[in-house]
Amino acid sequence: METMIAFCNILRKDIETYYLKPPNISWGIIFPLSWTLMQFIRSQGTTGIRELLPGLMAMSVLFGSTSMLAVTITFERSSHSFDRLLLAPISINTLVLAKILGAVIFGTLNAFVPVVFAAFFINLKGINWGITAIAVISIAITSALLGLLIAISAKEVFEAQTFSNFFRFPMLFLCGLFIPIDKLPAMLKAISFCLPLTYGTDILNGMIAGNSIFSTPLNISIMLVFVVFLFYLCQKNIKEKWIL
Amino acid sequence: MEIVKVTNLKKLYGEFPAVNEISFSIEQGEVFGFLGPNGAGKTSTIKMMIGLSRPTSGQIMIDGIDAIKDIKKVQKFIGIVPDENNLYAEMNGFDNLCFCASLYGIGKAKREKRAMELLEQFNLTKAAKYPFKTYSKGMKRKLTIAAGIIHNPKILFLDEPTTGIDVESARQIRELILNLKKQGKTIFITTHYIEEAERICDRIAFIVEGEIVKIGKVTEVLRDAEREHKIKLQLSSSIKNIKEELENNFINCKVKLLDENSCLFISKEPIALFPILQLLDNTGISVYEAKELKPSLEEVFVKITNINPKTKNEQEKVGK
Ligand SMILES: Nc1ncnc2c1ncn2[C@@H]1O[C@H](COP(=O)(O)OP(=O)(O)O)[C@@H](O)[C@H]1O
Ligand SMILES: [Mg+2]
Repeated sequence: METMIAFCNILRKDIETYYLKPPNISWGIIFPLSWTLMQFIRSQGTTGIRELLPGLMAMSVLFGSTSMLAVTITFERSSHSFDRLLLAPISINTLVLAKILGAVIFGTLNAFVPVVFAAFFINLKGINWGITAIAVISIAITSALLGLLIAISAKEVFEAQTFSNFFRFPMLFLCGLFIPIDKLPAMLKAISFCLPLTYGTDILNGMIAGNSIFSTPLNISIMLVFVVFLFYLCQKNIKEKWIL
Repeated sequence: MEIVKVTNLKKLYGEFPAVNEISFSIEQGEVFGFLGPNGAGKTSTIKMMIGLSRPTSGQIMIDGIDAIKDIKKVQKFIGIVPDENNLYAEMNGFDNLCFCASLYGIGKAKREKRAMELLEQFNLTKAAKYPFKTYSKGMKRKLTIAAGIIHNPKILFLDEPTTGIDVESARQIRELILNLKKQGKTIFITTHYIEEAERICDRIAFIVEGEIVKIGKVTEVLRDAEREHKIKLQLSSSIKNIKEELENNFINCKVKLLDENSCLFISKEPIALFPILQLLDNTGISVYEAKELKPSLEEVFVKITNINPKTKNEQEKVGK
């Protein structure tokens, strides 16, 4: 019960002080939004939209979840307010969960911005939204954990920003969002298969555009392994790097 | 009863020993002061005790719990006021307090009531709805202390609570610490103000370069320092001619001429100012200003240890 109170209040504070602030909403939403519009306009005709939608959704999640968490945590670290959380009688696991959940919710909501747009142009019936949601949420969790890992390594806010751009822009091209993975050179392909976003996007491709590389259960299992692994990595790194 | 016991605690940053094998214990209900110059290792010690830093070696027992292994259990009943204010800049005072309370699992109704009480107690009710970043230094410090005691902790850690703030806020904070002591709280406080330690501590330890050089009851430790009382007078004209007369009249005092128009009265006993003023007045000298000069931490420290912290390093270098 006590843990629950702490958990909910950390989450609520993050949502109120960060995610609902206009500049943050704009970064999270306007960028994916403009990409969405740009791509839709370029892809004359309605056939292209279905192929584009999975990539746009994955990108929206990635942008909504990664950098915001990296930046806000680095900011709280440099102003020492993060120490309050480390000094509270809550476990590091609870803390990590509370911190990433805000980013996960934000990223997941972002993913549906392009969906709403697409709905004006094409008929979205027949898509399995349950599995789509699982894919979106799993991308959001891995992206948020990546953001947390970036925050653990960054000392300054600008460093966090640079790191997260350093990771997420290449991922746009490596993870099958806009360039099919089998069109990548062999070496890049190898990198693709090490990135969780590849598998999450693959589920979305399968559900929406009907052209996935792996089967959905396999993709979901791999995502699950990534979630557990990244969570463990974050928790271990926090203990090692933040409690000096 | 010993509520805190620290044994051979050591912290290396790289090769550098910030805290070097210190041992001490704190009795329940006691105010224990950690005195030392900047960089002595006070903050490093506190950080290890509250779980923000991992000791290189040594033991910390707090209320019978191993604080190195089970810090989350300890954190439930300790309150922490760090050296730097660490509340949320954009959040207002009231929300800051409520948020801190929620971290300890305190329910909504209870934490709001407690936050209001503390704001009242710290004279911050009017500022409750303003963002923390708009507060003055003294207000920030007070709110940080309020946040540290919001969950009614058994033991309170205060890292230089009055450094760098206005006199009135500092006075309020000292008063508050004494109140907490009356309620039976155990308090660990670091400071580099001798008078502060003298006023609020039961026992003190002097720490320098990571080592405790003196520890004991505050009265005993400071008595060893043979404190001198000094009063500086700013005068209308020189007292060169009546220096001897003054010293004869006030047998316990030594008079030192500083410059043409100022002098220093030095005594082992507290100095009664009024007779001095009267005598000077009778000889036609006006006193513009009388100021008590407090010994600095460095001065007391040098007396206690016979080491001058400023020159110690140089001596060591010469020694090598
Ligand atoms: N994270 C750190 N890394 C390296 N050196 C440190 C670190 N923290 C403190 N120190 C050093 O340890 C010594 C003691 O510091 P500190 O405990 O903050 O002193 P105090 O609080 O008594 O002023 C100082 O010389 C300081 O430079
Ligand atoms: Mg300090």
